[in-house]
Amino acid sequence: MTQVAPPEAQQDNLLEISMGPQHPSTHGVFRMDVRLDGERVMRLKPVFGYLHRNHEKIAEAASYLSAIPYTDRLDYLCSMTNNWGYALAVEKLTGLTVPERAEYIRVIVAELTRLQNHAGMVGFLLQDMGASGTPLMYAFRERERVLDLFESLSGARMMCNYMRFGGVRVDCSAEWLSQTAKLVAGFNSFLDEFEQLLTGNEILMARTQGVGLLPRELAINAGVTGPGLRASGVNYDLRKVDRYGVYDRFQFRVPLGEQGDVFDRYMMRVLEMRESLKILEQALRDIPPGPIMDPKARLRGLRPKAGEAYGRIESPKGELGFYLISDGSPNPYRYRVRPPSLINLTVLEDMCLGHNIADVVVILGSIDIVMGEVDR
Amino acid sequence: MTLEEIRGRLQGDIPGCQAELVVNGSPSAQNSLLIDRQHGLEAARLLRDRLHLDFCSNVTAVDWPDQDKTEKIKTKQTVDGVEKEVEETRKTKIPGYLEVVYHLFSMTNKEGPVIVRMRTANRTDDVTLPSLTPVWRSAEFQEREAFDLYGVVFEGHPDLRRILMWEGFTDHPMRKDYVPPPDDDLEILRER
Repeated sequence: MTQVAPPEAQQDNLLEISMGPQHPSTHGVFRMDVRLDGERVMRLKPVFGYLHRNHEKIAEAASYLSAIPYTDRLDYLCSMTNNWGYALAVEKLTGLTVPERAEYIRVIVAELTRLQNHAGMVGFLLQDMGASGTPLMYAFRERERVLDLFESLSGARMMCNYMRFGGVRVDCSAEWLSQTAKLVAGFNSFLDEFEQLLTGNEILMARTQGVGLLPRELAINAGVTGPGLRASGVNYDLRKVDRYGVYDRFQFRVPLGEQGDVFDRYMMRVLEMRESLKILEQALRDIPPGPIMDPKARLRGLRPKAGEAYGRIESPKGELGFYLISDGSPNPYRYRVRPPSLINLTVLEDMCLGHNIADVVVILGSIDIVMGEVDR
Repeated sequence: MTLEEIRGRLQGDIPGCQAELVVNGSPSAQNSLLIDRQHGLEAARLLRDRLHLDFCSNVTAVDWPDQDKTEKIKTKQTVDGVEKEVEETRKTKIPGYLEVVYHLFSMTNKEGPVIVRMRTANRTDDVTLPSLTPVWRSAEFQEREAFDLYGVVFEGHPDLRRILMWEGFTDHPMRKDYVPPPDDDLEILRER
């Protein structure tokens, strides 16, 4: 909305180019209509819809249970947190409670999801800057280990379809927990290695510091959530604010940035991974035995009584919300996803104006989007 | 701040503003305020600036189609000098509307959600609502989506275009009475 309007005479000299939908740096089928004055960005309009399948309509025609596998496919890197957001909304709508052991398992898989998402995001960001291969491969090496854990727990690496309203689908074994503990114990040394390679790197600093500034007030007003918001210095993490699940039992800090540039957004991811490891250590230590499903939960043929509920969680990308309206029938009357990836893109133009075209790629990478969630 | 207090503030500070409490029957107990569309923008400014609801998280539309209500009414009629009770069925049409729902939170006070709704007059020719994008930028894409998929026209939106469907598409696919166009490829297969 805030546009740098060049004088009339210069308007003709602007070069209009279409970045995407097939472009290696757009993280999926995403297009940006960019107007350039030389290499400087004067206007940028994102174009969506290439992956639109009307997810919400599909879920409104399906039962409450059968919407869960569809939520896997929103942000396909983070199926566990997507499941949780939806399950939380249904639990609010029906009043189901979750047994303690299931709450702990949810925290464990959600924090593992955050680890692999943030590691992958940093890898892709560096790939976008031209650091071909090495950082991404390091990140993916660790991500594979997390996905192996997901596979042995839920049967699927990415489309986990694991959580249910009122609990989780299958219990985890003691062996799985010890394997997870082993991964958690080794992850910090990976982060040390990663940071040694990247954080002080001259090229990374030159490409990211002072690039894509997002002022604090704009971030709040534009509804930016997740690490992007906290990089601008706003202390707002739903794990602390809403304390959903059992997050109030863990000691962890919320990292905050100062400048709100790409470098801060990169640092947020690294620091959040370290905090996630702290949560994981505590959750793995304290996980109690017990049931994993609310005995009152009826998975098939659930008919919540008429009403509505909005449930939200801190997904790795930001605030993932589900808004459900029930009319008493077996399928939701209204099913709405609040997609953090889409809403975080609201400020893409503001962050890019006046920068070089090469910086657009880096700024987009620092927002961390997945088109499955943007287009739904 | 309770919803009842917010309602009092809105009606007290904005002359003519009507806010109605909508009670939610589910265990979530998330009640909401229905604000008349003439004062929507003013109400939003007040909510943001004086009640610290600085974060508009979720914006979405809901379609409530026209409903036919059938009532059976017993009337007494005199036929051939004998009084009889005759049952009549009367059909009344309850007009539908499009509803837009805003989920507001406060990042400064860590409060929320405060849920605000606005309704259009009908689903056909009077579907305008005030855009709240001038108050909360986060509504920009979400209102475009409500326009695209539901056909709510937001007055005062800086850039109201389709967002997910393509240019030239005419219908609104999230409406309850939406009929998808025939799939040409499927028709060809059927003919074979």
